[in-house]
Amino acid sequence: MPLTLRINGTSREVQSPPETPLLWVIRDELGLTGTKFGCGIAACGACTVHVDGQATRSCVMPVQVMAGRSVTTIEGLPATVGRPEGELHPLQRAWIQAQVPQCGYCQSGMLMAAAALLKATPRPTDADIDAAMTNICRCGTYPRVRRAIHAAAQAMTSREAA
Amino acid sequence: MKRRTWLLGTAAALGGGVAVGLFWRQGSLRRQAQALTDPARGQLLGGWLRIAPDNTVTLYVPHSDMGQGVMTTLGMMVADELDIAWAQLRVEQAPAHGAFANPFFVEGFLMPGGVPQAVRPVADMAFGELARYARLQITGGSASVRHTGQRGLRVVAAAARGLLVETAARRWSVAPDTLAVQDGVVSDSTGARRATYGELAQEAAGRRLPTAPRLKTREQFRLMGKGVPRLDIPDKVCGRARYGIDLQLPGLLVATVQASPVHGGRLTRVDDAPALAVPGVKSVVRLPEAVAVVASGYWAAHRGLAALRPTFEGGEAQADSASAMARLHEALTSADTQTVVETGRAFDASVRRHVARFEVPWLHHATMEPINVTAQWADGRLLVWGSEQDALGAHGNLVKISGLPPEAVVFTPLLLGGGFGRRSAPKKNHLEQAVALARACSPAPVKLIWSREEDFTQGAYRPAVATTIEAALDGQGMPVSWVQRFTETPDLINEGYPVPYRIGHQHLQSVTTGSPVRVGAWRSVAHSQHGFFTESFVNELARAARQDPLAYRLALLPEGSRHHRVLLELAERADWRQAAPAGVARGVAMVESFGSVVGEVIEVALDGQRRPVVKRVVAVVDCGFLMHPDTGRQQVEGAILMGLSAALGEAITLKDGRVQQRNFTDYPILRLAQAPVIEVHFLESDGPLGGLGEVGLPPVAPALAQAWGQLTGQTIRRLPLLPAVA
Repeated sequence: MPLTLRINGTSREVQSPPETPLLWVIRDELGLTGTKFGCGIAACGACTVHVDGQATRSCVMPVQVMAGRSVTTIEGLPATVGRPEGELHPLQRAWIQAQVPQCGYCQSGMLMAAAALLKATPRPTDADIDAAMTNICRCGTYPRVRRAIHAAAQAMTSREAA
Repeated sequence: MKRRTWLLGTAAALGGGVAVGLFWRQGSLRRQAQALTDPARGQLLGGWLRIAPDNTVTLYVPHSDMGQGVMTTLGMMVADELDIAWAQLRVEQAPAHGAFANPFFVEGFLMPGGVPQAVRPVADMAFGELARYARLQITGGSASVRHTGQRGLRVVAAAARGLLVETAARRWSVAPDTLAVQDGVVSDSTGARRATYGELAQEAAGRRLPTAPRLKTREQFRLMGKGVPRLDIPDKVCGRARYGIDLQLPGLLVATVQASPVHGGRLTRVDDAPALAVPGVKSVVRLPEAVAVVASGYWAAHRGLAALRPTFEGGEAQADSASAMARLHEALTSADTQTVVETGRAFDASVRRHVARFEVPWLHHATMEPINVTAQWADGRLLVWGSEQDALGAHGNLVKISGLPPEAVVFTPLLLGGGFGRRSAPKKNHLEQAVALARACSPAPVKLIWSREEDFTQGAYRPAVATTIEAALDGQGMPVSWVQRFTETPDLINEGYPVPYRIGHQHLQSVTTGSPVRVGAWRSVAHSQHGFFTESFVNELARAARQDPLAYRLALLPEGSRHHRVLLELAERADWRQAAPAGVARGVAMVESFGSVVGEVIEVALDGQRRPVVKRVVAVVDCGFLMHPDTGRQQVEGAILMGLSAALGEAITLKDGRVQQRNFTDYPILRLAQAPVIEVHFLESDGPLGGLGEVGLPPVAPALAQAWGQLTGQTIRRLPLLPAVA
């Protein structure tokens, strides 16, 4: 029986077998390739998406447990802060400002992890960032990831205050 | 037919009329270049730049972008020389075709000091031929900016600018030097007459390029040395960037593979049935060294493969890490050595000797994008899409593997999710697998994706190397002789480099010994091993002489030399002359590689559980002129973190001939929480441009090892510092 998945604000019917990891449904069946395959064992974070707003490593999450839950991928990130299509999430702007990505392959997962962090902790300390950002980047963008998270946090909280 | 776009600045236009002529005679090459770059937009004229009627310029870059931002930096160099606005430029990766082989790369490595003007035409012709012969579009050797950009594309752009200005001058019957260019618009001194490059290009394209264009001087740079935001970043923060693994085609099948876990082994037996029972699985394909499962999607293929129990035979099934390392140390005692470098004469006036033996393990690249490639064999043609560091070289491999004529093979380069040498490795077993799968699935296209476990266990590792160094010392403990012997593999020559210090006699010898696993180039290639060996040894010599290691080095370097300046700057930036903060140990090292000199100081402290923690890295980099400051900084930061990750915890180990590390849980790549403060300082000089993609890495291990040794009371002669996970 097909399963209905709510992804980036729209409902999609999914044919993949129920035990298929969410990652492969997103990539192979729905054709959203912004979410990356890195390790298949939830060790690297390249596949991070949001499930009901929580950062989730989609490569080990069977799609059947997604029924009735809301999934957000990098393609839908701006909408989570009410940005219309074509605009950017403040984290994405901060990422461009700090010129964070190198090869860029891990960055969708990094951004999704960072967005979940800021939702829970709007002004994270360095220790908060250390604890939340466990994604692997082989190019070594970590110092800029940290800087961009602080910059986005500041931009988001000062806007709210204003 | 109306020409709509014009391609200017041929590859061989580096100031040689003969060379230009050579290129223009390559009629079929030129026609193919046109068809490959602009099939829909009318006529092109062969070369590296296309100027469109709307005054946009497209640059074709003969390199892959694997994270270093090379499209942006090379584009910026061209836009600056051409006097166009940054927004007018488009940059594309050049097609994997002989018409776009990279002669500048060849020249850069063969003639590091530049080409004498008198032999320029002959040299251009030779380098062009050689690049085409070697099918060269490699991205490596930290060479894209210093060779392709500095020696090639800047000259091409300057020549194109000269040609366009000359065309306007002829049209208006004025002298070229009375004309000015801004944003790709040529105007005369009164401002009355103006013509865009787009308007001039058709007429210009019929004429010969100036043979000795004048390059801009530093004072004239608008973009070079300042930088522009990277072109690729907006797509990379939105999930829009398309890597090899993201390719989608109608009717695309997906395959995954398991090769013999012992490298070099052959598939002997497999029962297909369990895989075929998995829904979505289409077929099981037997390859000489592997078994593959083809399915409608990756997950079905993965499950199908997991259900199989293939057996393999052959390869060095007895090898383990200890026996392999013992073999290296034994090789060091062999009489069968080759002299790599010998300067000065050995003498025995020394009062003391210092001897040490070092070793480093195999390392994996662990690019975040696992190895993958897509191939389709249909109608006698082979179409392949992939993420390779050498697109034209990959095309050559595919021609060889398929047995098809070159024109029947098309390789389309896609973005790389990391390279570090893995995607230029000489052993392209994934390409062999993809061609076999495409043949088996013909005419459907098939995307081969390696699992992370396959990516780890079937790597082309940084070679494990052992070395022994012996120094003879004078009465003050300064070296007068340096004799070193190191191992190398037949597959990847481990170059040795003379140390930069004033030592009367240096003798470097290599010993060749086989490897039970596939090896390949890893970021900074042989410098990653030799940097650790030689600089650790210098730190030992300084300690034996009871001298400060930085002062000890200064005493061995001529004042005013690049190395001397880097160390002085490093001492300043790292507060070396003040005592280290309480509980903090410091190490220092300096390595020249790829034309740049890099010195680093690393600070390590013990945490609450008395475990060493890296706190701060200060780097001073002399790369000549710093072309793009921010991407340069990115590369040095990234290389430092990769070097720390490797020195702290990375090692590939073998048991029963099999690589034991299967995923990131077995191979501890540095995480954000472990990343120290990194300070990168550039010290510019008038020297030739040096590379930046790899040069931050080699000094990391020796500087870290020195600091670590002080805290733990050890003399560190092997890596990694932390015990293995597996």
